[in-house]
Amino acid sequence: MDKHAKLKFILTLLVVLVSFGALYIAQGTMNSFYIRVLNLAAIYAILALSLNLILGFTGMFSLGHAGFMCIGSYVAGILTMSPASKEIIYFMEPIHPLLANVQWPILPAILLGGIIAALFGFMIGFPALRLRDDYLAIATLGFAEIIRIVVTNVIPITNGALGLKNIPSVDSLLVYWGCAIVTLIVLMRIINSSWGYAFKAIRDNEIAAQAMGINIFKHKLLSFTIGAFFAGIAGALMAFLITSIDPTMYRFTFTFQILLIVVLGGMGSLSGSVIAAVIFSILMEVLRFVEQPMNLLGLEISGIPGMRMVIFSLGLLLIILFYRRGLMGTNEFNWNWVLNRLGIKTSHQGKRGEAN
Amino acid sequence: MSPDIFLQNVANSITLGSLYALIAIGYTMVYGIIRLINFAHADLLMVAAYIAFYGMLVFTLPWYISFAIAIVLTTLLGVTIERVAYRPLRSAPRISVLISAIGVSFLLQNLGIVALGARPKPFPRPDDLVWNIQLGNVSFLSLTILIPVVTIILLLMVTFMVKKTKMGIAMRAVSRDFETSSLMAVNVNKVIGATFAVGSALAAIGGIMWSMQYPQVDPLMGLFPGLKCFIAAVMGGIGSIPGAMIGGFILGICEVMLVAFMPELSGYRDAFAFVVLILILLFRPGGILGENVVEKV
Repeated sequence: MDKHAKLKFILTLLVVLVSFGALYIAQGTMNSFYIRVLNLAAIYAILALSLNLILGFTGMFSLGHAGFMCIGSYVAGILTMSPASKEIIYFMEPIHPLLANVQWPILPAILLGGIIAALFGFMIGFPALRLRDDYLAIATLGFAEIIRIVVTNVIPITNGALGLKNIPSVDSLLVYWGCAIVTLIVLMRIINSSWGYAFKAIRDNEIAAQAMGINIFKHKLLSFTIGAFFAGIAGALMAFLITSIDPTMYRFTFTFQILLIVVLGGMGSLSGSVIAAVIFSILMEVLRFVEQPMNLLGLEISGIPGMRMVIFSLGLLLIILFYRRGLMGTNEFNWNWVLNRLGIKTSHQGKRGEAN
Repeated sequence: MSPDIFLQNVANSITLGSLYALIAIGYTMVYGIIRLINFAHADLLMVAAYIAFYGMLVFTLPWYISFAIAIVLTTLLGVTIERVAYRPLRSAPRISVLISAIGVSFLLQNLGIVALGARPKPFPRPDDLVWNIQLGNVSFLSLTILIPVVTIILLLMVTFMVKKTKMGIAMRAVSRDFETSSLMAVNVNKVIGATFAVGSALAAIGGIMWSMQYPQVDPLMGLFPGLKCFIAAVMGGIGSIPGAMIGGFILGICEVMLVAFMPELSGYRDAFAFVVLILILLFRPGGILGENVVEKV
């Protein structure tokens, strides 16, 4: 038994409490721009965590995340919009009568967004997960595109290419980071359960895992469905953050950004994904200056729109070529490391700590 | 549907099919030799189209010189990409190489947006190559004949090269087994470079013809044709050159005919290719001409 278990538990609890306290204070004191950036970071964190479960822990190269997110966004958006604004927005074709008068509270809508995305994940995973590597990548990418094209075309439900507007806005840090922390804790529990060990065994060597009696297909499907569930949750949160959505948002480019975060944080590290998500969303804002006109040593440089994505794609290439393990590799933040640094000797094997 | 409109659709579908086939050959060659979906292949189309565009409009070169420059530069770019982004990762896990390929593709697209602007530009059609042909009630562009002819000539050339020349034999050997062929004194790096060069040149020709047929260029123009041509290559059996040709034609014909016979489904046109891909992968993963390979332990 780990003699520092109690200490670590208290530390973990403390971190959780302090972070909620910090969120509470930040909500009251920060201006709405910073809050928005932080909320976006929470959404990216959920997305990166869920893609990391599929890609980093189970070794399945799925490029379908934007599709699951799209489903989550639309489910949450349609369920929470007021009947009055639905009537205004659906002017091309009236909304399906079953949906016209529903108006749910926020949290059940987020949950249902996740559940429906998970359902689609299950249905897509069932045929697609028999494929591997690049075939799986292109098939999941195809499914995500199909989802997007169907959403563009079933106008009575999704309002087609015009998208949804006037989705109720939520700007509470507690909702976004609450969801992110719950996601992190749930995924941490999964990774350290027998499921998690099975996932990692499949990632490292599928044939060996099968020889050890692991049901490959079942576990792949499980990992894929859980990943889709959290992608749906993130999609729902995205709808509440930006309040107007349309199908072009959920292109392949979006999956690319999430992939970038996962690779940056380290494929196979949950804490890495969270850290990278925060770094990415802050960089997205900081680097905005390269797209605006500036004065460099008396030289007028007009802003170049799109420059941020050039920097990010270059960054992805450099990471994958020269620093493939990313920030954290497959390591996790853990208290042993911190305690050892502070001069407290710990046994080598310890429970993984809370990362936040 | 009147016979005239039907003939028009047949002409359109053959043109589209030839373009798909031409680009699919590049995918299938690269996949056959290093088992990598070269995502950047799609963006080489765009690069070639832009070089030709700038050559003709900005530097006012005659079309044949700008096309030649476009093909040469795109080929160099394709080889450079292999050199810089894929070769260092040859012993890395496959996922890393794929991520690298996606990274290159996005870099090219975003560089395109930054350097050239996101707005589509009209592509000039050289008068020597494009004119109208009137046959009874059916009128079509000369491209409708030119594109399939060029495709078939190139296909024959590539097949000849792969079957008969020394380099082609080396390519087939490397695609079977890396290590054994390097023991047989095949310079693997050189062979892979040559494969990328041929694939990129085909992509460049495909890109130029694509932008003559659908006369506009924009930085993301390669994205969808690229994905669809990869699907065509998978349909025909990846690694097989005649397979890529057949896959390209089937996909092009089905796509045009789907919209022609069921106009109410035209919104789903882009989804069609993916549906086909998923069905193929599920029921005949080796493709039409491919063989099903069982992975050895």
